This record gives sequence, C-alpha cells and structure tokens, in this order.
Amino acid sequence: MSTTRTPTPPAVSRPPTRRRLTRGAGRAGQYLALACYLVFLGFPLVWLLSTALKSPQELGSINPTWIPEHPTLENFRAAFDTQPLLRSALNSALVATSSAVIAVAIAVPAAYVMVRYRSRIGQAGTVWVLVSQMFPFVLVIIPLFLVLRNLHLINALPGLVVVYVVWNLPFSLWMLRGYVQAVPISLEEAAAMDGASRLRTLTSVVLPLLTPGLVATLMFSFVTAWNEFFFALVLLKSPEKQTMSVILTHFIGAEGVADLGPLAAAALVATLPSLLFFALLQRRLVSGMLAGAVKA
Amino acid sequence: MRAAGRVRATGAALALTLLAVAGCGGGSDEGDGKVTLEFLSLAWQAESVEANKALVEEWNAANPDVRVRYVQGSWDNIHDHLLTSFEGGEAPDIIHNDASDLTDFANGGYLADLTGLLPRELRDDIPEAAWSTTEYDGGDGPGIYGVPFLQEPRVLVVNAELLERSGARVPTPDEPWSWAEFEAASAAMTEDTDGDGDTDTYGVAWSLKEPVTQTVNLALSTGGEVFTREDGKNVIRYDAADSSVAELINRQVHEDGTAAASSLGMSGSDTLPGFYDGRYAMLPLNFSFRQQVAQQAPDGFDWTVLPMPSGGPEHGLAQGVVPQTLSVAEDSDHQQAAADFIAFLTQPEHQVDLALGDWMLPTSQRALAEPALDTEEYGWRTGARIADELRPSPVLGVRGYPEWKDKIATPALQEYYSGGIDLDTLREKLTDDGQRILDRYQR
Repeated sequence: MSTTRTPTPPAVSRPPTRRRLTRGAGRAGQYLALACYLVFLGFPLVWLLSTALKSPQELGSINPTWIPEHPTLENFRAAFDTQPLLRSALNSALVATSSAVIAVAIAVPAAYVMVRYRSRIGQAGTVWVLVSQMFPFVLVIIPLFLVLRNLHLINALPGLVVVYVVWNLPFSLWMLRGYVQAVPISLEEAAAMDGASRLRTLTSVVLPLLTPGLVATLMFSFVTAWNEFFFALVLLKSPEKQTMSVILTHFIGAEGVADLGPLAAAALVATLPSLLFFALLQRRLVSGMLAGAVKA
Repeated sequence: MRAAGRVRATGAALALTLLAVAGCGGGSDEGDGKVTLEFLSLAWQAESVEANKALVEEWNAANPDVRVRYVQGSWDNIHDHLLTSFEGGEAPDIIHNDASDLTDFANGGYLADLTGLLPRELRDDIPEAAWSTTEYDGGDGPGIYGVPFLQEPRVLVVNAELLERSGARVPTPDEPWSWAEFEAASAAMTEDTDGDGDTDTYGVAWSLKEPVTQTVNLALSTGGEVFTREDGKNVIRYDAADSSVAELINRQVHEDGTAAASSLGMSGSDTLPGFYDGRYAMLPLNFSFRQQVAQQAPDGFDWTVLPMPSGGPEHGLAQGVVPQTLSVAEDSDHQQAAADFIAFLTQPEHQVDLALGDWMLPTSQRALAEPALDTEEYGWRTGARIADELRPSPVLGVRGYPEWKDKIATPALQEYYSGGIDLDTLREKLTDDGQRILDRYQR
C-alpha cells in the first residue's frame, strides 16, 4: 500500500501585500492622529486670526464664520493706537531673552556638577529644586517685592530679569540634569586621556552633545518669561516699562468684559515673537538631537 | 552677651529696614517743592482712557507744583496687585477701584480717611446712599475711604420691534413694569414663528454665568436684603422677599418657557449675538453693555433701554450697585494734594466726561442733570432717571462675602436656576452653610 504524502506546506509567512496594507493603515492612523493634534494646536491661533480680522458687527453675529466676510485691519489700528504694543513687545523680548540666556548659563554648569560630582550638597540641591517648585506666586510676591525694593529694582526691567532667572532656574536645572546624565561618561574619560582639562571637556565634548537640551531649556525659559503676568504687573509701574502680557489685560474691563477685536489683534501680535523664536531654534533642536545620537 | 548683641544688631537692622520701607511710600517730592503724584487708573475703554488722560493733562497744566502721573492699571488681579504694593510701601497715591474691594483695605489701614480732606461741595453733590458704600470703621472710628464716582445699574436692553409687536405697555422710570407685567411681556414676546413647536424667540435671556451679585442686587427690588446686621454681626437671610426675583427667573425658564435655558450659563456678552438675531427679545444687562450693543448691532437694528421692573411702589426702582471709587493711600506723603486731585476729577463736568467714556452713570447729582446725559440716545435719560433710586449693594462691607460667594452661593444658585435643586434646598445652602463661613470672619 502506498501512501501518498501530502507535501508539507512551507511555513506561512504573511503575504507581503497584507503586511504592506497593515503598515500603510498604521501610517495613515499616525498621520490622522498627527493631523488631529495639529488642528487641536492650531485652532486657537486660527480663531485668533479670524477674530482679529472681523468687524464689531461680525463679532456679534450668531453664526460665526472661520473666514471673515469683510476682513478689516481696524482692530490692529485700534490696538496700536490705544496701547504701546511695540514698546511692550520690545520690553518682553528683552526680559524674556535675557532671563532665558542667564538661566541656561547658570543651569548648565550647575547641572553638570550635580550629575558628575555626587555629594550631599548635590542631593540637597536636587531636593531644593523640587521643593522650590511648590511655592505659589502669592506666597513669595510680598517678600520678593521688599527685597527688590531695597535693591532699587522695583519698576526696572533688570529686576524682572532677576525674578525670572530665579523662577526658571530650578526647572531649567532639572531639565538639563537629565540631558547631562544621558551623555556617556566614557566620552569625558576619553577626552581626559587625550589631555583635555575639565573646562575643555565641558565646552568641547559635553556642551555640543547638550545642544538639544540647551535649546529645549531656552525655549521653556523664554516662553515662561514671555507669558508671565503677575510679577510683571506688580513689579513694573511705569507704562513705558510694562510687558506685553500686562498690556493685553488693558483690553479687558471689570467683570471680564473685553474689547474683543483689538484684544485678538494685540494677542496675535504677542504670539508672533514666540513663534519666530521657535521657528529659529527648532532646527537646532532637531539637528542637535541627531548630532547627539550619532556621537553617543 | 554676644548672643544679646546679635539680637540687638538684628533688631536694629530690621528696624532700619522697616523705616526705609515706611519712609518711601507715596508720591515723590522732587526737592524743589514740586510734587508728583501717581494715579492708578483702571479705565480701559479707549474713550475712557482718553478722558482720564485729558483730565490729568488739564490738572497738570493748572497745577505745575503738584503734577499727576497717569499709570494704567488693570481690573485683572487688582486686589493682589494693590495688596502687594501696600505691603511693599509702593502704593500709588490715588487709587481707582470699586467699593467691594475697599472693605479689606480700609480695615487693613491701607487707605487714608478722606473725611476732612474733601470739599463740602463734593460731599453735598453725591447722595448719601453712594457715600455709604465707602464709609467704614477703619479702626479709628467711621471714615470715608473712597469717593464713589461711577455706578452702573441693571437695565433691560430691548428689541424695540419685538416690544412693539407684542403690544406690551412701554415702561418708563416713572411708571416701570411690575415684575408680574414683566412676566406677561416676556410671554407676549415669546414666539414660535415657524410653528414647528420650538420656541424661536424667547422673551428674555438671563445671563447668569455669575449669578450671585445679580441675585442679591435685584432682591432689593422686592424688599429683600439677603445680608442684614443683627447685634453688630452680618447675618444671611433668604426669605420670600429675598428670593422673589430668583423664583421668577426659575419659573420663566422651567415652567413658562419664556426665558432661554441656554443663556443661564452665559455672560452678558455671550447673549448679544442671540439678541441681534431676534432670538432673545430682552436682556437684563449692566448699563455699560450699551456700548457693545451700539458698536455691534447690525445696521437698522432698533433697540431701546428700559428700567428693570419694580417690586411695588414702596420699593420703587431699588437695586443694589457697587460704585467705582477713587481713594488715597494711607502711605501717601501728600494726602491733601491727592484728595484735591480727586475733587478735581469728580467735579460734575468731569464726571460727565468720565461717565460718557465708560458708558456708566455718574454719582454727582449735578452731573446727572447735564444735557449730555439728558438725552434719549442710547438710553442715557433712562439711566439718569433711575440713578436716584439705586442703593448700595448689600454685599458691601460684608467680611467673608468673597468666600461665601465662591464656595456656597455660586454653585447653589447655578444648581437652582438649572433646576437641580428646589428653593428650600437653596435657602438651606445659602443661609445655614453660608452663615458658618461668615461666622468665621466675625469671631
């Protein structure tokens, strides 16, 4: 009796077309999620632009439209006429840039020491960073006001820079600590073998690898200072020294009633420097990440 | 010994610091006998800012030795802003605020008593009811801690075409609607124009996003008070007279269908598009909202301003208001000069300018009679004629009111208006739970 043996089918692997389809569907899902996220992020900005270009009558319409039917620049004219927008933008840019740069300049060596030189002081510093984040504004504002007053830094932009540096430093330190930890110590050891001093190692080996961290921290510090309102409101009295976030509230009256068109126009102007700052630094953030990945 | 020395040194340093802080308050003396005063203004509408600046310029031109520097403030965070400035000894000399914020500052000793600093003419020109909103016992006996200069009542902003079509009587300040007439007029203006069973036009849209001040202030129109003084203590009451208007609103929304339920969570500004579209016939709004209506209403849209209804002849057009005020910082080195500037700013003709800029009512009796405000346009005359009957809001001077408002009254009233709880539950929450909060401030 002869038996016929059916040939064993070769181990089945997914047909390539099905795999491609699955991968394609996954990719489409990713793009869809990304698109939804972009819409979510972009919605307020687009609405702001739309509101800024509408006449009072259109703003009062029961059927709001995305695209203004009769676009007008009148709100921009009113905003610039009634409030010193340009000067306040300049003040904000000055304060935000200075405080971000100073905070990062202090945070880099501090983070390096905290990571590489493990000591009780370093541990205490880490705890201080966490604890300092827990103080609400209102708790510190009066003592801070008195200190700055004795230093003649009330109603002065440098005073606000000092406050923002101190306020941003703990979080900047915390952020950079993680980036420093990610730099392999073997790279520093190799530099030391080649005869590099500590300072040289820090500037030529560690810093380039920290570029993405530096950029991220700069962005964080800049935006925090740019948007900050309460310290700026309390510490700056002269109209010519006030920052953008304070000036924007001048379009809002008692019980939250707002001059909506000019407010939207001014708010749009206020977002432009931040967008520009991000656009300029974004490339450095990505290229820095890649550079770090290759070297590590 | 050394420890005692250190303590003395620390004490001396602390005393020096405090002296330094105390010595730097108020306007600057420039050494040549000239004084510069800081005026923190919260004016925000373009016309109002312009009017304020023009008056400051006029003052500076006439008083070269006492100059005033205009500082633009913001209503946002004004309490914390001022508190920090007071504590730091850097408060502006002249402070624009509203009467609800003065209680704590007067009690804290931050504001100067203006009793002997203001001219008799000004005292006589502003009614006693308005002065009573800024009179407190600041610790050294009763005093005046601010000049009430602008106020705004609630009025009815009405679609004139729908009102005429309804056939309802048009009320005036002399013959206002009773609340019953208001209910009837709301019903007459409620329409289902296309006959599909859904209401297309509601008689009224109550914007109750912030329900507390409205509810308390309108309670005065039916003889209510909500806050009373008993044995020197603030007591919360919510009896029939206090709850009458709240019950009416609840009835209009949930039983009669003459008030839009969707507007209960809206602010005044949110209801305006529906008003222009004919969805709402009447809006109870603050007087200054007329500016938005004048600016936004479509061409040809006919609207008018009517007084709020009355709870009866014995109550007239009473309702509570919280006036805007001008105060002088206790730390100011030039209190008399600051008070003189306030007296200048609140002269009748200047109050008219400020009132027109803010679309509010002046407190000055002579200002109210000025031709600029005695006009039918935008309902100015209606406002001017009800000004006499305005009363200080019962919430003024009640310590603990902000906490009662945020923790108890706002959620309770929102639940009541949305139909979530009945009147008895509302009463229990407002009085029993609320009184426990006030008692903490009155021990």
